[in-house]
Amino acid sequence: MSADLGPDPVAGRTAVAGIGQTAYGRNFGRTELDLACEAIVNACTDAGFPVPEIDGVVSYHVEQVSEEALVATLGIENCSFMARTPSGGGGAASVVGLAAIAVASGQAESVIAFRSRNRSKGASYGADRNQGGRPWEKVGGGVSDGRQWHNPFGVAAPAQEMALIARRHMALFGTTAEQFGMQAVAQRFHASRNPNAIMQQAITLDDWRAARPISEPIRLVDCSLENDGATAVLVTTVERARDLAQPVVSVLAQAMGAGPIHVALADYFRTSSSFDERDHAGRHIARQVFARAGITPADVDVAMFFDHFTMAVPLSLEQYGFCGLGEGGPMIEAGATRWPDGSIPVNTHGGSNGEAFIHGVNHVPEAVRQLRGTSTSQVDGAEVALVTGAITDPAGAVLLGRG
Amino acid sequence: MRDDFPRPVPGPDEAPFWEWCRRHELRLQQCDDCGTFRYHPRPRCPQCQSARASWNAVRGTGTVASFTIVHPPVLPAFADRVPYNAVVVQLDEGPFMVSNLLDVANDDIEVGMPVAVTFVDLDDEIALPQFRPVTPAGTAA
Repeated sequence: MSADLGPDPVAGRTAVAGIGQTAYGRNFGRTELDLACEAIVNACTDAGFPVPEIDGVVSYHVEQVSEEALVATLGIENCSFMARTPSGGGGAASVVGLAAIAVASGQAESVIAFRSRNRSKGASYGADRNQGGRPWEKVGGGVSDGRQWHNPFGVAAPAQEMALIARRHMALFGTTAEQFGMQAVAQRFHASRNPNAIMQQAITLDDWRAARPISEPIRLVDCSLENDGATAVLVTTVERARDLAQPVVSVLAQAMGAGPIHVALADYFRTSSSFDERDHAGRHIARQVFARAGITPADVDVAMFFDHFTMAVPLSLEQYGFCGLGEGGPMIEAGATRWPDGSIPVNTHGGSNGEAFIHGVNHVPEAVRQLRGTSTSQVDGAEVALVTGAITDPAGAVLLGRG
Repeated sequence: MRDDFPRPVPGPDEAPFWEWCRRHELRLQQCDDCGTFRYHPRPRCPQCQSARASWNAVRGTGTVASFTIVHPPVLPAFADRVPYNAVVVQLDEGPFMVSNLLDVANDDIEVGMPVAVTFVDLDDEIALPQFRPVTPAGTAA
């Protein structure tokens, strides 16, 4: 346990000094490399930081943009640290966590964490499985690996997998599909206030009821968007950040945990902390990240939960200790996650069904904006923000703090 | 079977499971040391880390732990089946399995429903373990 080894050597020593993104939208016809470079240059411009001084790059296991392509394209002369997080959306916060570990340990000074996607439904660009369009639709006539336990039964899309998790939670705890819908409505309201969001129109609960079912109980407006775009953040030492252009936003702590991946529901149902209070996956990550930061969920002013589907929000509220098991849905129904009056506004940029789906990495800049005081749905006096990865998959979380 | 059906192509760790399915028997790996059944197949027991296991028969009965009714978009091979059900069944021995329920209307599926395995042949080599509702006494509903 880190607590037995004295203060966490990563906590509080690094900062997110710059945030950058492309426009978010559909069918740009641009490569992931092109999009990634724009987001990274924008993050460096935001920080007042010279691009060639980047000395580390962190991304997702499924990222299409290679480290060598980035280094060659951006003229990064000495890249000292490269790493990728396992799986997909579990890494939404872990890319920042990995960058912070590299910086705090002195392996690199200024590390870029990024994600770039060309995933619009009609994307004609890219033939690889993780490129262009829907990867799950690209199975051929034979499936090996973990897909052999799902796909022959017609379970292939993440919506179908998450629907099975959602229904289990409903059966065990009385969570309702409408509570997922209320989160969809809250996030679309937040998106309507964010000029960079793809979805500019707010919706009502009646709109949610009228939306077509995708995999019951999940409806279309519960789903993350299929879009193009890239997001990048620059992580450096707190000392260096103080000399740069923006107010300092510190990485208070990071933690990771090896939850079961969504394409292995047999394992998820057996071991996940979504259905009980075992110290695993999200609950394990939560315990670690709060202990390392020396704070509790009550200290968090605003949360960016990974929300590939809105059903992930009540489960995250529970696993990260904002309420007890089965209380996440009622918390949403009571308005807790909705800006401005909620006790813990969630995904104030509009989240993955409102702003964009950059595999959750776009949640990090919104946490930073909240702590700089520049969000379009600003939580008054926000001092601490939580960013999490998925409720499935090897995942992680970071706590960020103002100053 | 359509050419684009996602037919299992098992590796060495998984081949015995599908071979028993082909013979219409549901057999799972059971740890020789601690007795725990496991699914999916894998080379070690997650309970005790033993590498020693046998492919032993399970009762083939369990309950619906969760279900979804699936609408488009779906895999192309399933396009003419929508809306169709997918379920997670918890076997009496403990493990969970993703599968489908046969012979039941979508509206009649409930969490907790007792079910029993049945096998549907895809071709000469692969049979899928799917489930049917049963009454609590164990007779076909």
